[in-house]
Amino acid sequence: MKNRTAMFMTHTLLIVFGIIWIYPFIWMISSSFKTNSTFLTSGINPLPESIHWDNYIRAWEVANFSGYFLNSVIITLSTVLIVITLSCLTGYALGRVKFPGRKVIITIVVALMFIPSGYTIIPLYELMKMLGLSDSLFGVILAESSGAHILFILLFAAFFSRVPQEVEDSAAIDGAGFFRTFAKIILPTAKPVIATAAIMQFIWTWSSFLVPLVLTLNSPELRTLAVGMLSFVGRYQTDWTGMAAGASISLVPVILIFILMQRYFIEGISGSVK
Amino acid sequence: MAKKIKSGNGISKYNRNKYIWAYIFILPQIIVFFGFSLYPIVMSYVYSFYDWSGIGPLTNFVGLKNYTRILTESSFWNAFGNTFVYTAGFTVVSISVALILALVLNNPNLKGRGIYRTVYFLPVVTTMAIIGIVMQNIFGTQGFFNEFLKAIGLIDQSISWLSNPILAMILLIIIGSWKEIGITMIYWLTGLQMIPREVYEAARIDGAGSWQTLRYITLPLLKPIGATILLLTVVSSMRVFDLVKTLTEGGPYFATETLELYIYRFAFAPDGPSQVGFASAAGVVLGLTVFIISLILGWVVYKVSGQKRKPLGGGIK
Repeated sequence: MKNRTAMFMTHTLLIVFGIIWIYPFIWMISSSFKTNSTFLTSGINPLPESIHWDNYIRAWEVANFSGYFLNSVIITLSTVLIVITLSCLTGYALGRVKFPGRKVIITIVVALMFIPSGYTIIPLYELMKMLGLSDSLFGVILAESSGAHILFILLFAAFFSRVPQEVEDSAAIDGAGFFRTFAKIILPTAKPVIATAAIMQFIWTWSSFLVPLVLTLNSPELRTLAVGMLSFVGRYQTDWTGMAAGASISLVPVILIFILMQRYFIEGISGSVK
Repeated sequence: MAKKIKSGNGISKYNRNKYIWAYIFILPQIIVFFGFSLYPIVMSYVYSFYDWSGIGPLTNFVGLKNYTRILTESSFWNAFGNTFVYTAGFTVVSISVALILALVLNNPNLKGRGIYRTVYFLPVVTTMAIIGIVMQNIFGTQGFFNEFLKAIGLIDQSISWLSNPILAMILLIIIGSWKEIGITMIYWLTGLQMIPREVYEAARIDGAGSWQTLRYITLPLLKPIGATILLLTVVSSMRVFDLVKTLTEGGPYFATETLELYIYRFAFAPDGPSQVGFASAAGVVLGLTVFIISLILGWVVYKVSGQKRKPLGGGIK
């Protein structure tokens, strides 16, 4: 009996705190359906009296969230593709092939990882200027893809090292070369790892702020949602419901993706402390 | 490098082919790493020795002048102090709340654990910069939070949360922690799941109550992963930028300006001409500070874990 009361209490607390926990999102979505006048008079009532899509239309068309959204999608998907390709190939080589110099490369990269870094966004910005890529989406994508991706490389290397040698041997007997064995036989089995890395990188890049902020300082048309939002509230300071609509446009896609793919994401996070 | 391999029989020719492929496979990552990670790190030091506005060639080498200026610049030390206040607050709040959540959610008899975990993890996946703007609205003078407190009768007059230096810092810490607690909770849950079930059973047979089990079994066994979590939490919060930029912009009167924001201001949003050299020097000081702190905490991790835990890289033997 005592146990059941305790369980009931636990659930009550978890639910009450849970609602408070995600209330900012409830507030954001409900405000995005209000009009600016009812927003001020409705006080704390979260329910809009009727659903207004005007805020979304205004944010999408007038405040250029359509452009920001497209930029965010292009940058995020390209970055995910590049990062997954790089770390998957590297993980395969490190995990499956005991090539000479392998230990040296691992040691050098890990050692370099620990170098204290200064304010690297300035050189990155200068580098993009030198390459003629400032003011282009490709520059932002390259900058977002930088880094050593140690976590993903480790995930891939661990996975590929566990594939039995017989799989590779029998592919070789069938006449498949190194690349065919990788691409046609072993890579398809790595789907869970690819999913984990892809979802993590997706959420990171979608939420990235400093890199797109700096690299699009002179080109407002290249802004992502996170950066565009800041300029929106700078320009339309009293358009609260437009702000809420813009925020919902930025957050709802990533929240939905997380809810659908959370297993992979949480596995990835917990893998990083192990 | 491939030439070093002894050739002669079929196997080694097969191996040699494999080695060449392996080099091809790692080449793109190496290029990206050296070009877009290592080069910026090296240059972030180089710029710090110049007086440079960011435009034109690097010509005005000033040696350590930017660094000596930092020593006497009180605005820098203000930001330095704010960064430590934020880090301390963030670390205490997020580690302890995340531990409580993890202990509650680790109970196998609790129904709906997965749903609760999703709910409490949700803020993690959202964009910090957007959260800053939404929260600025919620905690504005006429914002939702004041209206709510008035409605339940806790206050009569609206409070200017973000115009008060102390309240603004507290808010920054609470919102920053709220946003990241989900990650720390998963870290703790991972640690809890690494504790073998038999340990709990043995404790129960010995007649330990749930409080005693927590105090004498669970918490001591969590120490090694706790040290790792401490390291990750401290290091990540020292570079806080997105939230500060969007929620308080360092205000009121620089009371919440952290180092990353300070550096950004000198490099990209100055009152006068950009001071990229000086900003770079401040960036190096921040980088070295984070480095020293991670060395100390890394040493703690090493000591607490009794050298048993593998460091990063369980996958590569």
